[in-house]
Amino acid sequence: MTTTTPPALAGTQSVATPPVTRAGRVRRRLNNPYATAASILIAVLWTVPTFGLFVSSFRPEDEIKTTGWWTAFTNPQFTLDNYQEVLFGRSASSGQLAGYFVNSLVITIPSVLFPLAFAALAAYALAWINFRGRDWIYIGIFALQIVPLQMALVPLLSFFSEGVSLGGVELMPAWNLDDEEKFVQVWFAHTCFALPVAVFLLHNFISQLPKDLMEAARVDGATHPKIFRSIVLPLIVPALAAFGIFQFLWVWNDLLVALIFAGGGSETAPLTVRLAELAGTRANEWQRLTSGAFISIVVPLIVFLSLQRFFVRGLLAGGVKG
Amino acid sequence: MDFADETPKLLMLLYGLAAFAVVVGGLLVLLDVVPNWFARRREAALVAASAGGPAAAAGPRPRRRSVANRPEGALALFFLLPTLALLAIGLVVPAVRTTVLSFMDGGSENWVGLVNYRWMFAQDEIFGILTNTLIWVVLVPLVATTIGLVYAVLVDRARFESVAKALIFMPMAISFVGASIIWKFVYAYRSGEYDQIGLLNQVWVMVGGEPRQWLNDPPLNTLLLIVIMIWIQAGFAMVVLSAAIKAIPGDVVEAARLDGVNPWQMFWQITLPSIRPALIVVVVTVSIATLKVFDIVRTTTNGNFDTGVIANEMYNQAFRFGQTGQGSALAVFLFVLVIPIVIYQVRNLRKQREV
Repeated sequence: MTTTTPPALAGTQSVATPPVTRAGRVRRRLNNPYATAASILIAVLWTVPTFGLFVSSFRPEDEIKTTGWWTAFTNPQFTLDNYQEVLFGRSASSGQLAGYFVNSLVITIPSVLFPLAFAALAAYALAWINFRGRDWIYIGIFALQIVPLQMALVPLLSFFSEGVSLGGVELMPAWNLDDEEKFVQVWFAHTCFALPVAVFLLHNFISQLPKDLMEAARVDGATHPKIFRSIVLPLIVPALAAFGIFQFLWVWNDLLVALIFAGGGSETAPLTVRLAELAGTRANEWQRLTSGAFISIVVPLIVFLSLQRFFVRGLLAGGVKG
Repeated sequence: MDFADETPKLLMLLYGLAAFAVVVGGLLVLLDVVPNWFARRREAALVAASAGGPAAAAGPRPRRRSVANRPEGALALFFLLPTLALLAIGLVVPAVRTTVLSFMDGGSENWVGLVNYRWMFAQDEIFGILTNTLIWVVLVPLVATTIGLVYAVLVDRARFESVAKALIFMPMAISFVGASIIWKFVYAYRSGEYDQIGLLNQVWVMVGGEPRQWLNDPPLNTLLLIVIMIWIQAGFAMVVLSAAIKAIPGDVVEAARLDGVNPWQMFWQITLPSIRPALIVVVVTVSIATLKVFDIVRTTTNGNFDTGVIANEMYNQAFRFGQTGQGSALAVFLFVLVIPIVIYQVRNLRKQREV
C-alpha cells in the first residue's frame, strides 16, 4: 500500500522552495488558472450527467418529457410521484422496483459473506501453513483471475439445470430450482467468481502479518485454527472490510450473472435486470427511468461515500475484478 | 409492495445465512478436532522414536523439522477445501468445458471442428463486432488513463483535493446499467420542432445543428458508448495514479525543484517515469474490464445499429439464440485476447522486481 507523504514534509517543501524569480512567479500565475480551469472543467463534465438525471427524477412527468432538466432552475417544479410510482406502482408498466430492491439485497448479502469467509480461510492456509505444493496452489488461484467469467457461464448453467453425468452415470442430479430457490444459484455463481480475487487480496494482507507473532503463538502451543480465529481474524478486519465493500458493489451492480442465473422474474431478478428491461422496453418513460436509476444507485453510493477510504484501499491493493 | 410476496425471499435469505453459519461454523469446529487428532499421532510418533533409543534419534533423519516447519498438508486441506472445491466446480471445469463446447455445434451434439471459429471471422456482422471490440479496447484505456492522470496531477495538493477526487471517482460506485441510463438521458432525442430534453442535443442545437438520434448512427454511436465506459473508468485510473504520485519520494521532487525544472519538465521527467508501474497496472486492468464490457451495450442499444461487442454477442449467441457452440467460441476468443495483456503485465512486474 502506498501512503501519502506526511504533512510535515509537504509543509517543509513549500518553505524550502528556492526563491522564485520574477519570470517563475509569472509563469506559475499563468499556469495555475489553466490548471484550475481544466480540473474544474473535468469535474463538471463528470458530474453534470448524474446531476441532470437526479434533478429530472424529481420533476413531474409532463415536464421531464417536454423540457430539459435545466429549465428546473428557472421554473422549479418538484414532486416525489415518480419515486412513488416506480417503487410501489401496481400496473405492469410501472417499475414495481420495491420488490426488485429486496431481491438485490437478498442476492448481495450471502454473496459477500460466503467468499469472504472461504477466502480468509484459504488465504491463511496459503500464507502460514506449511505443506507441499502450496506455492503452486496459490499461483493457480491467482491465475484463475484472468479467466473471463463468460468462459464459465454455459457449463455452470447446465450444471444447475441438468446436473452432472459422466458416461451415462449420473454423478449429481439436476438442482431444478424454482422461483425464490434460484437465489441459491446466484449466490453460488457470485461466490465462485469472487474467490480468486478475494484469496489474492487477503493473502497479500495476511502474509504481511509479523512472522514473530505467528511463531510465538505456535511455540505457545496454539493450533492453526486458534491462531486464525483469535489472532488473524481481528487483525485483518480492514482487509475484510475492503474486500467486502468491493464485492458488495460488484454484486449489487452486476447484470450478467443475474441475467443468467436469477431468471428474469420478479421473484429473484435484482434491480439492475429490471432497469435494463425498462430501458429497453420503455425507453421514453423518463419519469420511471430517472427515478429507477436513482433507486438502484443510492445504496452503493451510500456505501461508497461512507466507506470510501476502505474502498480505495481495496483498489490500491491491486485487486480489480472484471 | 405486497409483503406476502416478499416473505419467501426473506425466508431464502434466512436459509442462506443459516447455511453460512452452519458451513463456516462447522468448518471451524472441524478444524479444532483435526489438529487434536494430529497432536495425538505426533505424540505417538515421538514415543515410538524415544523407545528406539538415543541411537535411532541421532541417526540421519532427513524429515526432522522444528514444530513450526512440520508439513501440515491434511490440515491445510481443510482450510482450502471450500475454496478449491468451488473454484473447480465454478471456474476450472466450466472453462475447460466451454473450450470443448466451442468445437461442437449449436446443440452441443456433434463435433464440428473449427467451424465456429471460421464463422467468427467470415461473417461480416461478427467481424464488425470484433472491430468494435478493438476500438473499445484501444480507446477506453488510453483516454480513461490520460484523463485520470491529468486530473490526478492537477488536483494534487489542491485545496479541495478530496472532494474533487470524490466527484470523478463517484461513477465507480454506479452500476453500468445506471451509468447507461444516465448517459442515455444525455443523448436523448426529440425531433427538431420540440424543445430538447437531452443535454447533448440541446448543446448541438445551440451551436446550430439539427437534433440527431445519436445512438442510431454508426460509427459515432460506438464512440458515444465508449464515452460511458471512460466516464466510469477514469475515476479508477485517477485514484491509483494519484496514490502513485503521492508515493514519489519528496527529496526527488525537491532536488528537481532546486534544479529549476518547470512543471512541464517535472511531469515528463520525474512524475511519469516514477509512476510507470502504476500506469501499466491501470492500463492493463482497464483493458481487461473493457474487453468484457457487456452491460453498457446491452442497456443502451442491445447491440443494434452496429454497436455489438464480443461479450454482448457471446450472450446473444449462447443464451438468446441457443447457439452454444458459437457463443463458446466467442468466450474462448475473449480469453485468448486477455492472455497476452496479462503476460505483458506479469513480465513487467517481474522486471521491476529485478531492478
